[in-house]
Order: sequence, then C-alpha cells, then structure tokens
Amino acid sequence: MPHKTFFAFILPSLIAMVLFIALPIVSVVVQSLYVEHPRILVEVENCQPFGGCTKEVRVDSAAMQDLERSQPMGQFNGLGTYLNRGHLAVDEIGAILADNTGPGDVLSRIYNLPFYKALAFTLVFCFVVTPLAMALGFVIALAVNAVPKVIKGPVIFFSLLPMIITPLVGSLILYWMIQSNGIIGASLQHLFNDPTLSLRASPLLTWLSLLFYGVWSNAPFSFVVFYAGLQTVPGDTLESAMIDGASRWERIRYVIIPHLMPLATFVALVQLMDNFRVFEPIVGFSAEANATSLSWMVFNDLSGDAQLFGSAGATSVLTIIGVIILLTPVLIRTWRDFNHKVV
Amino acid sequence: MSEATQSQRRPLALNLLITAFIVFWLVLAAFPFVWTVWGSFKVEPDFFSRESWWNAIFGTYTKAQTGSAFTGEGYYGAWVTREFWRAVGNTAIVTLSVTVISLTLGTLGGYALARSGQRYAFWILIAALVFRAMPHITLVSGYLLPFFQLNIWGVLPTSIIVLVAINQPFTLWMLHSFFLSIPKDLDESAMVDGCSRFEAFRRVIIPVMWPGVVTTGLFSFLLAYNDFATTSMLLSADNQTMVPKISSFLGSVQEAGNVMYAVAAVVSATVPLFILVLFFQRQIVSGLTAGAVKG
Repeated sequence: MPHKTFFAFILPSLIAMVLFIALPIVSVVVQSLYVEHPRILVEVENCQPFGGCTKEVRVDSAAMQDLERSQPMGQFNGLGTYLNRGHLAVDEIGAILADNTGPGDVLSRIYNLPFYKALAFTLVFCFVVTPLAMALGFVIALAVNAVPKVIKGPVIFFSLLPMIITPLVGSLILYWMIQSNGIIGASLQHLFNDPTLSLRASPLLTWLSLLFYGVWSNAPFSFVVFYAGLQTVPGDTLESAMIDGASRWERIRYVIIPHLMPLATFVALVQLMDNFRVFEPIVGFSAEANATSLSWMVFNDLSGDAQLFGSAGATSVLTIIGVIILLTPVLIRTWRDFNHKVV
Repeated sequence: MSEATQSQRRPLALNLLITAFIVFWLVLAAFPFVWTVWGSFKVEPDFFSRESWWNAIFGTYTKAQTGSAFTGEGYYGAWVTREFWRAVGNTAIVTLSVTVISLTLGTLGGYALARSGQRYAFWILIAALVFRAMPHITLVSGYLLPFFQLNIWGVLPTSIIVLVAINQPFTLWMLHSFFLSIPKDLDESAMVDGCSRFEAFRRVIIPVMWPGVVTTGLFSFLLAYNDFATTSMLLSADNQTMVPKISSFLGSVQEAGNVMYAVAAVVSATVPLFILVLFFQRQIVSGLTAGAVKG
C-alpha cells in the first residue's frame, strides 16, 4: 500500500491518539514539574468601635487570581514534587534507614508513607489477583467443558456477568452484601459470634474483600479464553495419552496445560495491565482508609476542592513508569517476533 | 469420541464434584445480582437489616411502611426526585457516539494497518499497545488543565472525543487482526479491475466486515458505558452520565438515609448490560478469544 493511501486511511485515528493520549502524557510530565502558587498573604487591620484594633493575616484573593491567570501552571518546582513526602519521600526514607529498630520497623514505617502504601496495595492486587483468577478460570473452564451441551449456554451467560458489569457497580453490589448490615456481613458476624466484626474496620479484611472482588471480576475472562482454548486441544494427542495409560490428571498436566500455555501468557499480560490500574473497587468499597492504589491517589489529588495538579502529575508519571516496566518483557518479545517475520 | 461415552466413563464421584463446583460458581457469579435486584424493591431497614436478613426476603419493614411487600420507592426517588433519567440520557448519547465514531476511525485505520506491511505500521501497533496499557486516570490528569484553559471542560462532546481516543488502541488492534483474516486477493482483484484503494474498501471490504465490526463495537460500547475515571472528572454535575451519577449518590444520599436510591440506580444501570450479554453472548465470547487465539 503506498504511503500516501496508508496515511489517508489512518490519519483520523492517529490524530485522535496523538492529541488525546500522547499529548496528555507530555502535559502530565510538564505539570509534575510545577507546584501550586504559595498563598499571597496580606495583613489587614480590623478596627472595631470598642475594643481597639486587631491585626489579621488573610489570603489576598485578588492578587491570587491575577497570579493564577498569568501563570496557570503554578511555579516551577523541578523534581521537588517527586521527592516530597507525598511521593518518593527520599528524606523520610533516609531518616528511617538511618534510625530504626529492625527490618520490621523499617517496613511498617515505609508503609505509612502514602505513595508506598498505594504502591504496596497496587502490586499485591496485581500479583495476587492475576494468578488466582487464572487458576479459578481454568478450573471453571475444565468443569464447564465436562457438562452436557444444554447447560453450557446458561452457565456461560451467568459466568460473563461479573466481568461485563461496570466495575464501580459490581464493587458496590458486593460491598452492600458484605457490609455489617448486609447479608454476608451479618451472617459472618453470626457465624463467628462477634457483633463488632466488620470488613471495613480491619485493614486485613478490607484487603481480603478487595482481592475477592478482583478474583470474582477477573476469573470470567480467563474462563472464556481457556474454554475456547480447550476446544482446540488436539483429539489425537489426548487419545494417544489415554492409550499410553495417562490418568485424567496426567492428561491435564502433560497435554492440556502445555497446549494452553501461550493463551495463559496472553491472559496474564492483559490482566496484569488491567489490575495495575485498580481504582473503582476502592471507591465502591469506600476502602481508602485501609487500602489505596496509585490510580486512586491521582483521583484523590484531582477531586479535592483545591486540585493538586503537580502532585497528581508526579503520581501519574510514576504510574506510567510502572506500566512501562510491566510491559517491557512483552515489548521485547513482540519486537523479536516481528524481526523474525521480516527475515 | 462423543460426549456421552466420555461422561459415562467418568466416575460418579468426579461427576458430583464437577456439578457441585459449577453450582458453587454459578451462585458466586449470579447471586449478588439476584439479591440486589430483589432488594431494590424493599425499603432500607429491610435490605440493610440490622436484625436479620430474613427481613429482606419477607419485606417486614416494607410491609409496615408501604403496605405491600414490594415498593418502587427507590426507583421513584432515583429516577424522578434525583433526576437519574437525565444521566441515562447522557449515557445513551455518550455511548452511542463513542461507538459509532471509534468504529468509523477504527475500521479505516485497522484496514490500513492490516494491508500495509511497512515497518511504521508495526511501530504504530506497538505504540497503540503501550497506549492501551496507560491507566485512564493518568491521562485525565493531563487533560484537566488544558481543558480548563480552552474552556471546553464539563460538556459531553469533550468526553466523547476523549473516550474515542482512549478506545482507539484497542479498536485498532482488534480490527487489524480481523482484517488480516479477510483474504488480500479480495480487494486486490477489485483494484486490478480498476477500483482505487478507497473504492475497493467501500465496495468489497465494507460488505464483508460486519461480523468483526459488531464484535469490536460491543467492546467499544462496554468501555464507554463502564467508564468512571474519565467521565467523573471531565463532566460537570449537570452533564453526568450514569456511573459518576451513582457515585455522587453515594456521597450525598448516604447521609440522607436514602441508600435505596443508589441501589435502584445501580440495578437500572445493570439492566442494559444484562440485555447486551443475552443477545450478544456469542460475539462477546468470540471477541475475547479472537485476540487470544490468534495473537
């Protein structure tokens, strides 16, 4: 296809991506180097008829507005935002490492820094939910493959629901059930005979319920992909394994799992990518006191009364770096595949 | 080997185990929805019962307060009092526009990528893959300041364009692999017959591309419909779509003791998705697997 025709076809799509994905990334990087203007304070004398005069320090709102109009980005801060307490917290980490009572102390104090707290939950969510959801999806696929055809359709229909549902809506539905006055929360209280048991109060239980939501909503994707993969397992290989006396388990272990391996890599990749942006369940479960994620930090900076663009920008850039680290192995592999094709 | 002989050879214990597991999974997957739909027709002291969840089943307080075991109060409050219908209208506009525009751009782009074979086509696909992985909220933090400056923040068209752009990487990948499965000879023979590239696309490719377009369209629809990060930050309170509206219910409604509005709104937002899965189950499954099995 000639270059000119190619670009005529792809130009609209390319413009959309450059304007609204590539440029915003640049804008985020620039924003992260700036910080909000300090407040301009003026001293005002407040005189009352009786009681004399008091001096008061106020924010000069007129001057602030002028300044914000002339420099909407705020003032240049360099890498200051990245290194402050809300992000990489370099000074605080240095202090913790210099003066501590053991590795446990170091970890718990680092965990109390907001960025590392969010990073910890994001990574745990990624690397716990992805394998568990894939395992569950694989088992469901094996089970569904074994039931009669009539049941398969409805089973697939209901299995798709947790995945297709709006993440915020799905997490709200689960949250309402596990609340202490919802059906599951109340039953658990009854079961353990502990009327104060509440999934919200304890950090551990909050994490567990968020991880449960993650597995619940991620498993259907693995199930559908693995189920489709099971239909393509070569019958001859299975049959010859049976003739050789392989048991059911051995057939799964040595024929089916190796056959599904390429699919598993694909599923793992997509789910890691999606789980790294975990955000809606934290809003839905109102879990921000015990669990935060990188995306949630950005959202929180932006949705307050004073929008902290600098801080949100710095967290965004750090998140993007995280995504690129996660993606590197895939990119390298795709690059190699492409070069093989060309040669 | 037929299914019947396979299942006959399976020991009874294993069959029982499989059935039990399927039932367990179905309950896990479907019960939350059934329970919430049922509960949305009750009053708050029943659905969020401090005494016993049997109240939610029998509707003890619902009977006491309204005289009947079912009540539409939550729906009335959400749709009429709190004007949820406005959000539903906005969602309809946003999702339809996003789907149509991203498919139009995506088919053109995906077709070009599938037929090019140049090195830069590969690089565009790789860039799209990286863009696909970007958390949406990080992009949103880049939009806000420029949009405030240009004074286009808060209106529906802005969100539509942004969602189309966020959607492009996925649409391009999906349609690119779909167009690869359409034989090259088809459009090339049309070009030998004297069509230009665009005419060949219009006369030969468009008539055969609908299965792939429908599947891709479903996923574009889902992305726009399910989005929370973008729409909640980019739309003003008057223009909110359903999902940010529900989240704003949570902030204000919980204090007023009207969680049931939020429950009713959540159920209302789930219904279109149910219908979608009901009618397009096959396309959704094939769309999910297409990327996996080929790539």
